Order: sequence, then structure tokens, then C-alpha cells
Amino acid sequence: MLDQPVTTAAPASFTGNRGLELEEPLLFEIGRNDTTGVDIDEPAPFAPCLGGLERKESIGLPGLSEPETLRHYVRLSRKNYSIDGGIYPLGSCTMKHNPRLNEKMARLDGFADIHPLQPQSTVQGALEVMEQLTHWLLTLTNMEALALSPKAGAHGESCGLMAIKSAIAARGEAATRKTVLVPQSAHGTNPASAAFLGFELRAIPAGRDGVVHAEAVEPLLGPHVAAIMLTNPNTCGLFERDIAQIAKMLRDAGGYFYCDGANFNAIAGVARPGDFGVDAMHINLHKTFSTPHGGGGPGAGPVALSARLAPFAPAPLLLRKDNGLQLKEDVEGTQGFGRITAFHGQMGMFVRALAYMLAHGADGLAQASRDAVLSANYVRVKLRDMMSSPFGDRPCMHEVLFDDAWLAESRVTTLDFAKAMIDEGFHPMTVYFPLVAHGAMLIEPTESESKASLDLFIATLRNLGERALQGEAAAFHAAPRHAPRRRLDETQAARKPVLRCTQGAA
Amino acid sequence: MTSAYFTRDHEYVRVDGDIGVVGVTDYAQSQLGDIVFIELPQVGQRIAKGEQLATVESVKAASEVFSPVSGEVVEVNGAIDQSPAIVNEDALGAGWFVKLRLSDADELAGLLDEAGYEAHVQSL
Amino acid sequence: MRYHPLTNADRNEMRRVIGVADIAELFEDMPGGVVENFDLPRGKSEIEVERHLAKLAAKNLPASRAPFFVGAGAYRHHVPASVDHLIQRSEFLTSYTPYQPEISQGTLQYLFEFQTQAALLTGMEIANASMYDGSTGCAEAMLMAHRITKRRKALLSGGLHPHYAEVARTVARLAGDDIAALAPDVTAAEDLIASIDDSLSCVIVQTPDFFGNLRDLRAVAEACHRHGALLIAVFTEAVSLGLLTSPGAMGADIVVGEGQSIGNALNFGGPHVGLFATRQEFLRQMPGRLCGETVDVEGRRGYVLTLSTREQHIRRDKATSNICTNSGLCALAFSIHMTLLGETGLSRLARVNHANAVALKDMLAKVRGVEVLNKSFFNEFTLRVKGDAAALVERLAARGVLAGVPVSRLLPNAGLDDLLLVASTELNTNEDRATLVAELEGAL
Repeated sequence: MLDQPVTTAAPASFTGNRGLELEEPLLFEIGRNDTTGVDIDEPAPFAPCLGGLERKESIGLPGLSEPETLRHYVRLSRKNYSIDGGIYPLGSCTMKHNPRLNEKMARLDGFADIHPLQPQSTVQGALEVMEQLTHWLLTLTNMEALALSPKAGAHGESCGLMAIKSAIAARGEAATRKTVLVPQSAHGTNPASAAFLGFELRAIPAGRDGVVHAEAVEPLLGPHVAAIMLTNPNTCGLFERDIAQIAKMLRDAGGYFYCDGANFNAIAGVARPGDFGVDAMHINLHKTFSTPHGGGGPGAGPVALSARLAPFAPAPLLLRKDNGLQLKEDVEGTQGFGRITAFHGQMGMFVRALAYMLAHGADGLAQASRDAVLSANYVRVKLRDMMSSPFGDRPCMHEVLFDDAWLAESRVTTLDFAKAMIDEGFHPMTVYFPLVAHGAMLIEPTESESKASLDLFIATLRNLGERALQGEAAAFHAAPRHAPRRRLDETQAARKPVLRCTQGAA
Repeated sequence: MTSAYFTRDHEYVRVDGDIGVVGVTDYAQSQLGDIVFIELPQVGQRIAKGEQLATVESVKAASEVFSPVSGEVVEVNGAIDQSPAIVNEDALGAGWFVKLRLSDADELAGLLDEAGYEAHVQSL
Repeated sequence: MRYHPLTNADRNEMRRVIGVADIAELFEDMPGGVVENFDLPRGKSEIEVERHLAKLAAKNLPASRAPFFVGAGAYRHHVPASVDHLIQRSEFLTSYTPYQPEISQGTLQYLFEFQTQAALLTGMEIANASMYDGSTGCAEAMLMAHRITKRRKALLSGGLHPHYAEVARTVARLAGDDIAALAPDVTAAEDLIASIDDSLSCVIVQTPDFFGNLRDLRAVAEACHRHGALLIAVFTEAVSLGLLTSPGAMGADIVVGEGQSIGNALNFGGPHVGLFATRQEFLRQMPGRLCGETVDVEGRRGYVLTLSTREQHIRRDKATSNICTNSGLCALAFSIHMTLLGETGLSRLARVNHANAVALKDMLAKVRGVEVLNKSFFNEFTLRVKGDAAALVERLAARGVLAGVPVSRLLPNAGLDDLLLVASTELNTNEDRATLVAELEGAL
């Protein structure tokens, strides 16, 4: 009697809600143009000075009262996975714990309620935060100067490549040094950043063991090479063993070394990229230094520069003078390449990152890196008998890369596997990246997971793997079943883009 | 009399006189998955054999399509611009991309005929 | 350490399972091995971290403790308590980019709502899920115009925020493109139209401009279109969109600007949030993330990131931009605040801002040694003062009044040293205004 699986779903409710799982309409379907949740008094009559440019038409923006607003957004929030809620094993994203102390510190009046253009004498504490953050990052990287203004990792890449392009121009080689070498495993932002600056891209072939070999790089070098962009550890989770050698060869050939610092969490406090000959490296504060991902941003991507690139750093430059700290807001009298953003950079993220660094100290940062590497290898060793790797099983750094060869007979794709993880209560790992692995699955647990959390994660993947290999493909194709939405039609979204609500508000 | 020619990269050209109708094969569309957008050249553009003719976008990828022959674009298929799904449904027929006025009929000799293309696909 | 759950017993067990005696074995590939001696302090307790940072914070003069008239691209507004409370919910604060849409519908729906709000405010057809800020958005708009028109030269109005202009010039120079800029235009007197020709991909005009002047873009839009160029309209004060004719209604092709005024604190200049809106026909050339509506396999409405083939993670070197991150949480704060305001609240807020600025202008008219230069303005205008404006601002700051931004701070060596930008929002009281006036009278 009890052998028969229950095939009928529970009957739908009147509201479409399922207990605490609530459906929530669009703001534009529930808001009203004449409703506002903010009480503002109309000003007394006055003669405006708007030059006849006063708006004549309605905007069509609905509002909600305060309780309705709270309810709307609380309900939306509950449809989201988050690190506070569970592990995010996303390779190359470093989804570690976001300490709440950082939020409290960033909201101190003295940091949040100051204007970038008020007199510098009134914001010396803010400039000291920038100075201290600079000191930490330069000590950790053993590099010469820090460009603080990039607003994200990709922005940092642009900044670093702009400094390189300027250095090359200063040597009079702008017309000849136009090639940037990038491995096939690189994150898409690398070639995108280089291409927009007018560089030609050449691929560095991947080694059979997943790392870039100095012998593979050597024939590619010459007076036409402006730079190499390498991620270290690389996007396969492996340390680029030949990095120092490659850096030296590159330098001897007149080129510059850009290091994508996305994977710094493996080596922060344990190794110094400057020691390997890196010329520019962006650091993702929202990865390695715990500033929250916020559903997609904001980030911060300060760039550490070597001595030979330091002169080309963009405005603003932080200088210590006799009477205090000063931000030089232009590049007059320097070789700085210009400005990449208004104002001074992501101060809110600087405070959070500095709080993180102060809390950890050198000892804590080293521990974090060791735990990150330990956890990734623990996951690797516990899954290697079931899951295949493109380069064979070998020790990894803070992330471990599997591919889909082990699923080849199963009719379960990497995507199907990921969707099944959702039903088990896990955010999937990074999938289909890097491109050098077929059906890549890149797992980065970070140092923030307890052993119990890791063990449950591993056990769940083993269970899913067994079911996939035993032929339960249909169940995987139907996943997810338990999430607020099931698989969404991305084809329709791309063929017939609907990017806004077109219904007018009441 | 129309003759159909194919490339190893799954483009085809159906020739009638000096006009060639160019598109991608059924095998190509199945590999690309649901096509969401096709970037086509302008009428009047000259394309050399092997030069990029179009870009086909599916949800997760963008693939380049290279011209099997040289010529001038005399017509562009507006229907697939509106409904890229047509390429998935009928790649060899209604899902054609462009019509070219061929500039060098000798190029056709280097392409596969239908049987040759079928054999190539079988070997993949 | 309080953020690391693994115990030493855990570590021992994990090392045993992995088959290494010492963690250093897992770092063997590093040339030089593990580095031990970093010249950095040991970790601090929460109490110590608070003490350390509170001391630094106390060295700054926050806007709440001084009559505050500083603008020039970032504006101090009241953010309702609910906004900051909501963005600190775990599921918003600590969630990732919504690449797995089934478990990210919260983020995706608010992005869809944000995109709609941004499009409505700017008077455009579509908007993206935000840029880092207004200045980088402006540079991206310029590159987008190059792609659309296949021309590579931009023209910058003399009313554009100097930082925005500097970013555009930097990007243009390093990308190998052409750029021309008119001289700083204090009274919106420039003849922009005379400089528009067929070589341009775009003309970039700000309104309200850097000096506070309101500009009618209709004639410029027409001139651009006659020459096959695009009009890029820039704003730095989003609240102004509550009271003024939208840039879209004036014929702009791309509207880009800073959203910080809504929902976001000053934060010393970052993080802020860029709004980016354009015409439907330019959709595929738009940079940045886009959220679109669709259905799931059960036919229920849902949202996904879409048109990703424009972006770097797919198109790599042929992408519209290298941008990856948006300004998610700041966009959420913007959206929540905008929801609380609604059209009614936003219009009222804008009117209060303008009224306060008008009141201040009237009071300043009676002060000898200052002259308001603007014929029109929203909540910020330019004062010509007797003597050096920067020195005046320093003197007043020492007396606890943050009087505004001397133009020379952003435009040094432009002969504009006697000009001061003064902003006035809903947070200025009569007392604040009276204090500023008294201080100016005393100083001049």
C-alpha cells in the first residue's frame, strides 16, 4: 500500500500561497499614484525659478504606505537564497560570511554622513581609513601603490590595463606593443577589458595539467606583447606554479603582468603576489574581504601596482603631508592616466573591509586562507571517486574543479545536477565556468563553513550523484520542484524581452 | 536548377544562377539550441568567403557564422529577425539568412555536396 | 577566530582525510612557500575594532552636525528608516547575483521594478539594472553611442560635471577615440548647437547642470538628430526628476545619471548607483545587467537576467562592456525609497527642495559680496563671492558650517576661483539658512 509514490500534488490554495511561501505582485499592480509612505509638507506658495521646465505630465510612479512597503519587500526577500541562509559553494566568488560588525561600522555617522567634497580638513578620519586600508593591502601583496577608486573587479581590470597602456605609451611603444595574452580559462571580464582598450587578444594554451607553462608562454612573447593577464590561483583552482618564471620572462621581453585577484582568498596572508613579479592586481573587496554581495553589488576593486606602474596611478592620489592627509584630485604634475570615476571610490566598502582586516589580523587572515584551502581539498577528496576532473585528481587551492565526464552515460547534464541541488536546499556551485572544462562544476566552500555543513553538502552531492548514475534522469530534468519558481523560460525572455512593467498604476 | 553546397562548419548555400541563399544547417541549429537573436549584415555589404557573415545568439552563447562563398548581400531575411525560432524550425527552408550575388562561382568546387555533408555529420 | 567555524579537531580530521600531515603541503606549488611574517597586527576583538574605527569616524565632521550646503554631484537627503532596515535583511544583503533565478526571485523582481521606475523617471522606454554610478554610466553611454552610430567622437557640454567629463576623457583617450569639450559654462550660455556636426556620435549635456542651471534639451536633441548623432542627457540629482520635464520628453536618446539622492547616504562618494535608460531600438547595445519577465514550466510569471549575450561572461572580447557587477543593494535602496515616496511624495519632495533653494537665494540676495548667477535652478546654484571661494569655505568649515563646494576644487586653473556651488535640500532648516547667511556676511 505504502509502496506507491504520491503522484498528485497538493491542491492549489485560493490565493496561490503555500503557507509561509507567499506570492507577491509587482509594485505597479498594488501601488497607487496618490499614495505615499513619506509625510512631507507642501511648501508655502513661492515663485519658482524653473525656467519653464516644470514637468507637465504625470510620471506614472505608484507609491505604497509604509506598512505596505515593508510587507512587499519582506515578502520578496523571502524568495531569495543568501549566505546567511546556507552555503554558496560558488567557485571564484568567495561567498564567505559577511560580518555584521562591518555593517555597523560603515553606518557610523562619521563615515556614512560625510560628503566627498567637503573640506579635506573635516574628513581626515575618512582619509585615514583609506590610508590604513592601503597599508594592509600593500603589505599583504608586497606592492608599491594602491589605486583605490575602482568600483568593482572589472573596473579594477580596466584601471590596471589603463596604467599598463600608459606605461607603454610613456616608453614610446604604443604603436608596437598591442597584444595581450590571456589563458582560455580566464573570466570573461579579462578579454573584455583588454579589447575595449584596443588590445589584440591571443590565447595562451592551457596545459594538460590545468596550469600555464612557462614553455607555452615563451614562444608567444616578443616586442608586440603589452601584457599577460593571469588569474592566480587560476580559475581551475590551481596555483600557477610557473608564475615567477613567466613574470620574469615577460618583464625581460618588455611586457607587464596583470594578475586577476579574484582568487586571492587562497593566499591572502600566506603569499604575496608582488613577490611573484606581478605589476598590477585588482582585489575584490566583496570576495576576499567579506563586503556583502548585495544581490549583485556594490563591489569594490582597488588595484595594487608595482613600482614601475605606480607613477601611472589615476586620480585621486592619497598623500601624507606635514599637516595631515590630502587627496590630490587631479593628475597635474604626475604621469597618472586620468580618472575612472567621480569622487574617491567605494568608501562604504573600505570601512567594511578594514573592519574585517582589523578583526582578523595577520594571523586570522592566514587562518582564513588555510581553512579555505583545507575545506576545498576536503570536498575534493570526498567526491573524487564519484566525480571526474578535467586534469585528473590533484591537490587544489581554495576551489575544486570537476567536469561532466562522469555524467556522460546518465542523461543528466551539469545544469540538471545544479537544479537538483536547489531542491536539496543548496545554491548550486559555479557551472559552465571555466570554459576549459566541459560542463564545469567549480566548488569553493570558503573558510566560513563548519565541518558539519561541509559533510552535509558532500553527502548530498554523493546522493544526487548516485541517483544520476542510477538513471533517475527524469527527476533531475524536472528539478527544481520546491523553489519559489521552477525552471524559467530564458529563451522567451531573450526572444521577447519584457524589461519593465507596462501597466499603468492606478 | 538549384544546387546545394555545404561547409564542414555547417553553413549551406543553395545556388540558382548567380544568387546563393545562405544559412545554417539543421545540425547547426540543433547544436545551437533555442536561437533568440540573429545579427545579420546589411544589404549591399560585400562578404568574402570565410569572413564573418552573421552572429547567432542562443540564451547562453553567441556563435559566429562564416560565409561559404564570396559575394554581395542582395537580400536579408527579415522574418528571422522578427522570429529567430524559424531557424530552429526550418533551417534549410524558411530559416535562410541572406541571399548573395556570387562573385566567384569557382569557390563552389571546394564545398561539400549533400552526400558529402551527410557523411561529415555522421562522422561527428 | 569568531568567523571561522572549523575547530582544531576538525582541521586535524580533515587533514587526515586529505592525507597531509601539515597544511603547508597544500601550498607547495607556491614559489618560496608560505610567507609567515607580515608586518600587520594580530586580530582584534569586536570591542577593539569598534574602538579603533569609532576613533577614526570621530575625526570627521558629519553633515548632521553642521549647517550643510554641499552638493556638486552628491546630495544629502532624508532616507526613511524603513529603507536601511529592509536592505539589511539577510536575503537582500548577503545574496549573490541572481544567476539561479529559481531561488533569486526576490532580487529579480525588485530589479524589474527598479528598471521600470528608472524608465518612468527618465521618460525613456527601457532601463538597465544599474551601473556603478553616474560618471561611469556616462562613459558607457558614450561608448554605446559610438557602437550605434559607428562614429568615435563625443562632444561634452561645458555644463557637465567635471569628474564626469574627466572620466569620459580618460576612457576616450585610452580607447583611442576622439572627444571635444566646451569650456566650463557657468551661466548656460554656450552655443552647443554650433559645435554639432556629422563627425559626432553623441553630445553629452547635463541638466540640472554642474552650475545648477536648468537646460531645455529640445533644440539640442533636434540638432543632434539632424546630424545623425545621439543626445546623451546626464543628471546628478535624481530628485530633480520629480519636478522637471524628463530628459526623455526633451528628446534624449540615452539618459544616464546618479541615483544616490534616493535611498542612499552620501558615503563619502561611494557606493552610489548609476541609472541608465535608453530607447527600445538600442536595447542590444545597452551595457549592464538586464532583468526580464518570463514564465516558469508551470506557467507562473517570474523574472530572469536576460540578453546576457551582450555581456562579458558570454561575449568576452566582443561584449558591450566589461561590466559584471551592478550596484544591486544601492539600486534596491533607491527602489524602496521611490516606492515609499511614490509620485505624490517625490513631487512634493522636489518642490520642497526647490522652495528651500529659492528661499536661500532670496536671503542671499541681501548679502553684500555675493551674487547668485543662475536664472534657473533646482536645488543648487552658483554664487559669485568676493575673493577666493575655497578660502571662504575653509574659514566657514572651521566655524562649523559646510557652506558648499568651491568650483575651483573641481575646476582648478579655470579662472573660476570666486564661484561657490550651494545646494539646499529638504534637510535644510530656516535656522541653517540664517546661519549660512550670517556667516557669509561676517566673512565677506
